[in-house]
Amino acid sequence: MARFAVRRLLQAVLVLLVLAAVLYAVFYLAPGDAARLACGPKCSTATVAQIREQMGLNDPVYVQFWHFLQGILAGHDYSTGAGTLHCAAPCLGQSYRTGDLVSHIIAERLPATASLALGAMVLWLAIGIGTGLLSALRRGTIVERLLTGFTLVGVATPVFITGILLLLLFCSWLQWLPYPTYVPLTDDPQQWAWNLLLPWLALALVEAAKYARLTRSSMLETLAEDHIRTFRAYGVREGAIVRRHALRGALTPVIALSALDLGTMFGGALLTETLFGIPGLGQQLVQSVQLKDLPVVVGIVLVMGLAVVVANAVADVVYAVADRRVVLT
Amino acid sequence: MTVETLSALDGAAGGAAAPPAGARQIWRRLRVQRAALAGGVVIVLLVLVALAAPLFAAVEGQDTTTYHSGLLNSAAGAVPYGSFGGVSAQHWLGIEPGTGRDLFARLVYGARTSLGVAIGATVLQVLIGSAFGLAAGLGNRFADGLLSRITDVFVTLPALVFAIALLAVVPSGFPRPVLLALVLGLISWGSIAKIVRVQVLAQKSLDYVAASRLAGSSTWRTARRELLPSLVAPVLTYAAILLPSNITSEAGLSFLGIGVNPPTSSWGQMLSTASTWYQADSAYVLLPAALLFATVLAFTVFADGIRVALDPRAASRLRVGTKRRERVAAVPAGAAADTAAVAVPDAASDDEDGTA
Repeated sequence: MARFAVRRLLQAVLVLLVLAAVLYAVFYLAPGDAARLACGPKCSTATVAQIREQMGLNDPVYVQFWHFLQGILAGHDYSTGAGTLHCAAPCLGQSYRTGDLVSHIIAERLPATASLALGAMVLWLAIGIGTGLLSALRRGTIVERLLTGFTLVGVATPVFITGILLLLLFCSWLQWLPYPTYVPLTDDPQQWAWNLLLPWLALALVEAAKYARLTRSSMLETLAEDHIRTFRAYGVREGAIVRRHALRGALTPVIALSALDLGTMFGGALLTETLFGIPGLGQQLVQSVQLKDLPVVVGIVLVMGLAVVVANAVADVVYAVADRRVVLT
Repeated sequence: MTVETLSALDGAAGGAAAPPAGARQIWRRLRVQRAALAGGVVIVLLVLVALAAPLFAAVEGQDTTTYHSGLLNSAAGAVPYGSFGGVSAQHWLGIEPGTGRDLFARLVYGARTSLGVAIGATVLQVLIGSAFGLAAGLGNRFADGLLSRITDVFVTLPALVFAIALLAVVPSGFPRPVLLALVLGLISWGSIAKIVRVQVLAQKSLDYVAASRLAGSSTWRTARRELLPSLVAPVLTYAAILLPSNITSEAGLSFLGIGVNPPTSSWGQMLSTASTWYQADSAYVLLPAALLFATVLAFTVFADGIRVALDPRAASRLRVGTKRRERVAAVPAGAAADTAAVAVPDAASDDEDGTA
């Protein structure tokens, strides 16, 4: 078990390294002069040359990449006009636009993204698992047909459509809710939840459809297994079979998938954050892309990659622990 | 994405180990699935609209770029006069708030962009994925290991994020729809590669491939003559699943303002503009949203139908006039156990009654 975990971890690190290299190659070697971008269109040629020297763009590529990795692991000192700016350990560089440290920008944006992702996950697990179980246990009834229709609609609706429709319904037409503006949890917990309600719902409805399908098929599969048949033969009541025995097996893939999705949410909530104006990582990424602020883009994509890779590893471990049939390699 | 991917990996790779069905048989199995058939009809209509976009616009007598500022109520913040976003005999679906561009023309031309980008991306994904999968499946241990790791990286990456990042570095002069198809195609080919690799590995050990080898065929010839035909069903199935997800991706990127930009229209681009106007002009939001929803739904339902029609195990439950011999032959088809990722059970496999 421990060997498996270590191997899986090493593999995750490898994937991250490849990701960093690919990102670095794409962004810093892309057409367009990084120094020119950093300096802005009004800079004189001499200033651009000076900045190029400062950024180390005259070094060979592998040296630059090495410095980039070094910065992430050990920090980095930047010389500015007034003195040096120390950039502590996970140093991802400086924004071209504002000069802020990328790691600071990310740290500032993380709470909003985490609020959105965690709240939405609670909702989508509740809705998704509930719907899935109901439609698995009421097989062949009208309830199942309705729920199947509901999940199909959910799967086919992109989150930004669900989001706009929710805004239209609750804010414009019914006027039950104010147009959401993000309030940090530390400022006012009640306002925080109230304002995040619609974004949570929008994300959760889309995700719940996926979870409902998975829960349903997983439950049906488990109920068809031999040991469940044995319980039935012994006369154990159906409710008890489901609660005590089937649920555990059926929910393993669901839990593994939610680990994966929570990881993706740190990058996948771009659309929701942009639509609802939530100042999270996704919104920052979109803004930085539009401003061509490459260090910020690279930093955020790396963090999102990290989240996904870690989530993948966690999902694999969850599987291995919960389901002994999975072969550890 | 993940569940769909995994279930497709499972269904596609497992099902096609049986002998491939003929075109007529596939049609017979598709025909009995009413939902899939309805989806197919919607798709055909959409493609016709996209192809004949200039014709439709000409019949209406409008184009996608002319500003009709005279029809906007500048006192109310440039919202169209009249009800439902300015619907009139000249402008069948109303006009865009702020600019006054004709919505019907933008919607039909938008179908062109949305479908074109999605189809282009899907073709690219299939080509790259098949090439990687074939090479990994046929290559030696080292090549397989290397190619599989590269594939893993691409499967793991959040596609939308990576697409956005790539779009940031390309100069803005590049035609956006082409660029979008390229970027989506270059990023999301990982799952096709996995399916193809598993399929090749499963087939490679079968007698007929060995026979071809023994008869003196080169690796390339074996791949082309013996293996490629067996790949058609799983690849087609998965391509059908990828297409709607590509439509959604394009719409998402354009919605973020990073994909297609005005004056070119796509449904995602229209939603992006509409989302800033929904308080003043809700009609504008509903049009592209409804179209996008209907399109993705149609493709999803159709893809499910294709999957069932091409998968002998699933199709045998349809009670079409399939011969008993074929049903029996299709049973030992569990060749998919190799994929590392396929631990999640098939999410859609029991929806064969046509309701899903």
